[in-house]
Formats: sequence, C-alpha cells, structure tokens
Amino acid sequence: MSRFAYVLRLGDTSLVLAQRLGEWVGHAPVLEEELSLANLALDLLGQARYLLTYAGELEGRGRDEDALAFLRTEAEFRNVQLAEQPNGDFACTIVRQVLLDVFQVELYDRLQHSRDTRLGGIAATALRESRYHLRYSTGWLTRLGDGTEESHARTQAAVERLWPFTRELCDPDPIDAEMCAQGIAPDLDEVREAWTARVAAAFSTATLTPPAATAFAWYGKRGEHGEHLGHLLTQMQYLQRAYPGARW
Amino acid sequence: MSDAAGSARVWTVLEKVMDPELPMLSLIDLGVIRSVETLAGGTVRVGVSPTYSGCPAQQVIRQDIMSALHGAGFAQVRVHDELSPPWTSDWISARGRERLRECGIAPPEAGSRTRGELRGRAPEVACPHCGSTRTERVSEFGSTPCKAHYRCAACLEPFEYFKCI
Repeated sequence: MSRFAYVLRLGDTSLVLAQRLGEWVGHAPVLEEELSLANLALDLLGQARYLLTYAGELEGRGRDEDALAFLRTEAEFRNVQLAEQPNGDFACTIVRQVLLDVFQVELYDRLQHSRDTRLGGIAATALRESRYHLRYSTGWLTRLGDGTEESHARTQAAVERLWPFTRELCDPDPIDAEMCAQGIAPDLDEVREAWTARVAAAFSTATLTPPAATAFAWYGKRGEHGEHLGHLLTQMQYLQRAYPGARW
Repeated sequence: MSDAAGSARVWTVLEKVMDPELPMLSLIDLGVIRSVETLAGGTVRVGVSPTYSGCPAQQVIRQDIMSALHGAGFAQVRVHDELSPPWTSDWISARGRERLRECGIAPPEAGSRTRGELRGRAPEVACPHCGSTRTERVSEFGSTPCKAHYRCAACLEPFEYFKCI
C-alpha cells in the first residue's frame, strides 16, 4: 500500500496543479500566455491520468482514474500544498510554477530509473514535458523579477508568500523513505540538493532573493490541506457529484 | 498466415493511418507506432507512444488504428501504451519532416537531447514558407500540445514550429 500512497501523491500534485492552471483560461493577460498555461495544464493532466490509473491498479479496489479524481474528499488528497495555492496574480502563478517545475524535473530525472518500470516510464515521459515547462516558467521569472520596479516587487512578494510551502517537497517521510529503500523512488535529500541549487540559480538570474527557511511544516502529502483545496474540488468535482456516473 | 507475414500486413495498413491533428503525417512517420505483434489466434497488439501525456488526440489515434485494422480484416485488435523509452521528436521520419514543411509547419530540430535546446538555447528555426532563418518565437506553445508559435521576420508570415522534445 505504500507504493499506492506514493504514486497517489505524484498524481494528485499534477492533477491539482493542472486544475489551478486551467483556471486561467479566459482570464490570462494575453492570448499567448493563456494558451501556454492551458498547455501546461494539459500535460499535467495527462501525467495525472497515467499516475492515478496506476495508483488505482496498485490499490486493487477497482478505483479508476475518475473515481480517484472525482470521488475523494479533500482530506483524502495527497498533493503537496504548494500545488493547491491560489493563482494570485501572474507573478504568483509563475513563481509557483518554477518551484514545482524544478521539483518535478529533478524528481522525474531520477524516478525514470525506478525499479518499478511502469512508474519509470511515466516519469520519463513526464520529464520531457516538465523540462519544457521549466524553460517557459523560468523565462517569465527572469522577465518579471528583472523587469520593472512593480513586476519585481510583485514577484518577490509571491516568493515570500509561497516559500514556506516548499519545505515539504523534499522532506522525506516514512513512505518516501520506504520507497527509496526499495529502489522505487529517489533519495529526496539528493533531490533537495539539486532543487536548491537550480532554484537559487533561477532566482539569481531573476534578481530575486530566496527567503530564509521557516518553521512552517504542513504536509499536503499526508492529507493536511488548507482551505483552498476544498474550494478547488467543488469546481473540479461538481459534475460527478451532481450527476453521479455521468459519461460522455 | 504466419505471424511475421501478419505483422507485415499490419504495418502496411498502418502506413495509411494519419495523425488526426497533423493529417499530412502518418502515425508511422510521426514515430508513435512502437510495436506490432500478431498473437496465436490472430489477435493483433499494437504499441503506441503518446507524443505528450495530455495529448487529446490519443483516444482518436487509438480508435483510428482499431477501425483501420478491423477494416482490413483483423477482427481482434488491442492497442496499448508504450511509455518507455519516451517518444521524442527525433523519431519523426525524414519524409515526415518534409511533409510538415510542405504544409507550413517548421519541423523540429534534429537531435533534441544532444543539441541543448531543452537547456535553454534557442533553436534555429527556418521559415517553412520562405526558408529564412530570421524568425522569432511568439509563444512556446501553440494550437496543439506539440507545436509552438513563430513568426518570420523576412516574409512576415506567422507559422507553427513542431516543438523539439
């Protein structure tokens, strides 16, 4: 069941972030960025589908991707809290994206060599997409951070607001440790080192300052969520809740 | 019919199955058909790689493969995902690249993993209309998950570039 729990975390993080990015459709500053954010969401949704389908098979209780996505309450979601943070302004969305893109790139780069070849295959496919996402998000981070006084101030404010949620990304808990010991998941300490270096480089180029570490330690991956996730799910799950079993 | 002859016939049928979003390109030229097996009893198994995890064409691709093979007399057809190793734009055939260019879509630069484009270096993209390399990127993303949006500074035409991944 640990492997189910582990795969569910990865799938939920991609799913919730996809839903957040999708909220920009119809509201983005310009058409090109709207297309870009929707494309990021689409890739992440595809990754979530592979991961949740696999999680359902590992669980062996007959839950498919839809049952896992649409018929769980917020306390049953295992996404990292950073993914559920509201979009805020464009700077906030971009900072959240950079922090998570770096995490996914560093994680998937190692996870593609997993002893679990199915999970490794999903990671290898997702890695190419996450690298492309990172190129987009860091490009914007530089333009916003090293842009005008206003864009710099807003981007730095987003960094301050989101930074506390980064701690759980690479903070191993018993499930991470067990998966690592079995050769299924990478060592999160190694991921943290790579994440920290890459984020520091991106911030430096963008003239942003990473805040000091905080004591804040909530873990979405253990089912501890803020109020935001419930609101997100009311949108995402509405159709299946209102019309149970509805199909295309 | 032997397994090998059966599989060869499957490949011939698949040569005519086009990508739903890039109808000038067969699935074989796109490089997404990974394996064909003919099992005892005549069941055909086709392995397909997604170009992108979330590509909405995946379902249609699967259905198109099934109906083409059913139409060619293969009663039992199974299509499955093959994710490893992942598809890369390097697998688009030379003929596929030429077809893309003819249809106004700049083909991806060859050698995605060695040329460093994914590490941030901008690719040199030739305009599919006039051939000039004086082009600029409008957006990293475009009308489908596999394309980016460019503009030619020489002939001033906008065009799509098949993302190099």
